[in-house]
Parts: sequence; C-alpha cells; structure tokens
Amino acid sequence: MSTTETAVRPRSGTSESGPVSKPKSNGLPAFGFLAPFLVLYLAFIIGPGLYGLLMSFFDTSLVQPGLGTFAGFGNYAEAFQSSDFWAGLWHTVWFTILTTPPLIILAFVFALLADRAKHGRWFFRLAFFMPYILPSAVVALIWIFLYTPELGLLDTGLAKLGMTAPNWLGDPNWAMPSLAITTIWWTLGFNFVLYLAGLQDIPRDLYEASAMDGATPWQQIWKITVPLLGRTTTLVVVLQVIASLKVFDQMYIMTQGGPNFATRSVLQYIYDEGFTNFRTGYAAAASMLFFVVILAVSAVWFGIVRRQQKEA
Amino acid sequence: MAVDAPERPTAVRADIARADSRTKIFNRVCAGVLIAFALIWLIPIAWALDTAFKPNEETTATRWLIDNPTFDAFGRVLRDTDILRWFGSSLIIATITALGVVIVASMAGFALSRMRFKYRNVVFWLVLAGIMIPGQVLIVPQFREMDSLGILNTFWAVSAPQIPTAIAVFIFKQFFDGLPRELDEVARVDGAGFWRIYRGVIMPLSRPAISAVVIFAFVQSWNDLLWPLLVLSNPDIMTIPVGLATVQGSFGIRYADVMASAVLGAIPLVAVFLLFQKNIVEGIAGTGLKG
Repeated sequence: MSTTETAVRPRSGTSESGPVSKPKSNGLPAFGFLAPFLVLYLAFIIGPGLYGLLMSFFDTSLVQPGLGTFAGFGNYAEAFQSSDFWAGLWHTVWFTILTTPPLIILAFVFALLADRAKHGRWFFRLAFFMPYILPSAVVALIWIFLYTPELGLLDTGLAKLGMTAPNWLGDPNWAMPSLAITTIWWTLGFNFVLYLAGLQDIPRDLYEASAMDGATPWQQIWKITVPLLGRTTTLVVVLQVIASLKVFDQMYIMTQGGPNFATRSVLQYIYDEGFTNFRTGYAAAASMLFFVVILAVSAVWFGIVRRQQKEA
Repeated sequence: MAVDAPERPTAVRADIARADSRTKIFNRVCAGVLIAFALIWLIPIAWALDTAFKPNEETTATRWLIDNPTFDAFGRVLRDTDILRWFGSSLIIATITALGVVIVASMAGFALSRMRFKYRNVVFWLVLAGIMIPGQVLIVPQFREMDSLGILNTFWAVSAPQIPTAIAVFIFKQFFDGLPRELDEVARVDGAGFWRIYRGVIMPLSRPAISAVVIFAFVQSWNDLLWPLLVLSNPDIMTIPVGLATVQGSFGIRYADVMASAVLGAIPLVAVFLLFQKNIVEGIAGTGLKG
C-alpha cells in the first residue's frame, strides 16, 4: 500500500522558533543567502505592489509615461459606482459559488471511494488528476468542441437520451454553469489528491475497532472520516475559493466574457480597462479592491485554522 | 466480542460473517460507482484524441471509430501554425523559471532554517506576506515595469515575476527544518562554511522537496496564460497556451485540426505527468500548492 508519508512535509508542527544550535549571529552570510530571493521579490512583487497602490491614486494611462494627474480616491469612487465592476465581481463570485461545492463534495466522495478500493488506485488518479495538468487553453479547446451546438458530443449524446441540450456557451443563463462544469472536470483532481492524502493519514485501526463494535460503513464515514478530515477540508475549501476567485482563463478563451458580458470576470474587467482602454490607474484601483476581497478570504481562513488548533 | 460471549460463539461468528459480506457488497458498489465516474472523466480526453485522428469532414458524425484514421490533422497543425516555436518558448521559459525558483527559494529557505540573524522575523513575515499576494492583482504595475525596463516580448519578462515564489521558500524551510542538525554540526567541525553545508549536505538530502518544487514551478509556468498573454505579443515567442488561445478562432469548423492542436499542446505535460506521477501527487499532498 502506498502511504503518502510526504517527503515534502516533515510533519512536526511548524516551528517558527528558528535555529537553536547556534547562538552567534551570522548576519552577513545570511543576507548573502537571502539576497537572490529578496532582490527579485522586492523588484517584481513588493515593488510593483506598492507602485500599483500609488498608481491607483492617479489617472495613469498606459500610453503616456509617468503617473499622470493626481486623482485622490477618484478611481476607487468610480469603481464603486461602476455597474461593470460590480457585474465583474458578481460573475466571479457566482462562478465561485457554482464551482466550490461540487469541487469539494465530489472530490471528497471520489477520494472516499478510491480509498476503499483495493486495486487500481493508479487508474483513478490518472482519470481524475490528468485533466488538472492540462493547460487551460487545451481544456478550453476540448470543451468548446464538446459544447458545439447540435454537433458536439454533449448535444448528440443528450439527444440520444431524448433530451434537448441548452445552448451551452451561447445562452447568457447557461454560459456560466457551462464554464463551471468545464472547471469542475479540469481541477477536481487537485482536491481529490489532497483528500486522498488526508484519508491515508487516518489510522486504520480506528476503522477496525469500530467495525468490531458493529459500526456500519456508513456510520464509519460520518463518525470517523468526516470529523477527522476537518483540517483537510478547511485547506481544500480556502484554496478552492481563492482559486475560483482568480478565474480568468476559461472565460477569456471560451466565451470572451460573453455572451453580452454575462461571464466577464473581475480579472477580465481589470484586463480590459487596463490594457484595452489604457486606463492603468483605474485598473490598478480595481486590482486593489479585488486584492482586499482575496485578503478577506485568507483572513477568515486564518481565523478558522487558529480555532481548530486551539481545539486540538 | 467473541471473548465476552463465549457461550454463543456460532451466532457471533455468523454476525461477523454477515457484516463482512455486507461490507464486501458495499465495497463492490463503491468501486462500481467510482469506475463509472472515472470513465466519464476520461471521455473528453478520449474524444479529443479520437477526433484528432479523423479527417475534418468526419468529425461531426458521433462515431468513435472510423475506418480511415489519419495523422493528417497533426501534419496540418505542425505546418500551418507556429506550434513548434511555441513549444520552444514554453520549454525555455518553464525551464528558466523552475531552475530560478529552486535556486533562490532553497537558498532563502536555508537561511531561514539554519541561520541566526537580525531581522529574521521581519524577513519571515515579509515572505509570508508574499503567499497572500495573488500575482494576478499585480499585472498592471508589473506590465509597466517590464515596459520601462524595455524587456517586453522577452523570456525574462515572463519568468522574472514567477521566480520569487514565496510558497517555495516555505516548502524548503519546512523540509530543511526536518533534517537533523547534527549533520551540519559534523560538517562544521570539519571546517565547512554555510555554502558548503548548503551545497554539500543539505541540498543532496532534499531531492523530494527539490523535485516537488521543480515540477510545480515548471507546470505552473508552462500553463500560465494571463501574464505571458500580456507581455508576449510577438507570435514568434508565444508560449503554448498563448499561441493556442490566439489561433483557436482561426480553425473555424476544422475540428480535427483543433483537437490535434489541443493534443499536441497537451503532450509535453502529460509525458511529464506520466513520468513523475508519484512525485507530483505526493508533492501536492504535502504542500497544498495551488496556482
């Protein structure tokens, strides 16, 4: 049996205590080791972050050098009043609502079933995980083809079952669910693998002992597996929500934000404003607002993890 | 249980046997359901592969096996698009990125794990903050930066923001924390400096962490769309995702060609996946990395 005794995570709790062996400071060599990372990090992450913040207070344009005229909170005020910005945010949230529950529940159920299987785990891993490593463009090409009205595999398949398929990507009401279906197929494998690893960490004797006491498999799942996977679930949920909020590729390639802007995500809105309308300062302000949303999700996660650690 | 009730051993045994057979049936049902879903999950890939071997005129007929499978679609895609160039770009960019991430992140992780210095906590929190910043919110200022540096449409513009990956520093730090410190002490007694401990002792022991980070950085860089889409407008050096996204409309209804280009675009990473399946899966399980 393959244990996922992870090489990468020596599982002793995270020690932030630092080295204990040497009391002496090694300041200079330490910064020698840190320098390559820190220089690139400051130059390409922190620097642009601060520059973006600054830019968000100016009417910066993509096609003119410099920051442009000072705008104060003008860009932020405009974003708050822009129905397009709110629509983008809503589409992103709607996509997150449509994708997160199935991606958690299905991944959990599949992992649970795969964990019981004695043979062929490699096959399930292959089937569920392979889509995850495909580039979004490849996934999009395949699914545009599957969704082709009347001629696509989905439409002909449903017709054989006597059902009429909706106009998947062409109907404003169906476009987002269709993108969600594609995304569930594409990224489920990631959560599946996380759950599979979590399941393998549960000691087998717990099941054996409960079976001796006459617990049914169903009871075992609800009384042992689900509670013990609490932490894995928190991790999976947060990673999933953040990943879903950052959606861009599927919409950009499969629907170009349409039909009639029904699937334009907030990132694509930023992209359009910044790089099509050249309104860099405004796009930077919208990016900051989006960043705040993601930070809020992360903060909630930290809170939950703290509480779980206290309870444990 | 059998010990508690010695007077009714047969009944108890029957009970256990019944429970056993019930569990067996349950397991069978589970396996059946799972196999059904796994097959459903494979259909899109199988259908894409199948279609790529058809002539364009026969792709709309919903038949899996046709009498005259052909490589023509692949030939047309290789001839009519720049896909081979895109392969080259993707390979170069993903390689630069993956190597860069491993080198700078492992060095920083080493300092945080093994060295004592002033402002250590400041550095630690600064790096931690990096995990919270999604790269996507930085595209606007980063684009301006690349523009003013004059490196738009170069591989460096794509790789540079991908190399300082905060999460990779943590993966290395955590892994190094788990390696016994006695090893360093022995080396230090022999007169080794930090660089020799890092190169000669720690890194050789860190293959699992290195391979996980390499694979992840490589796959993520290879699959990234938004950032290379912005900084690479020259078709000669586009990456695979950017190239495919750009030309997809021009195929029209030549579905075999579309699917052939999708299959070609997928081959390198599928090969990587099949070769390193175990490392990839364990890497995810261990780190919870996600783009």
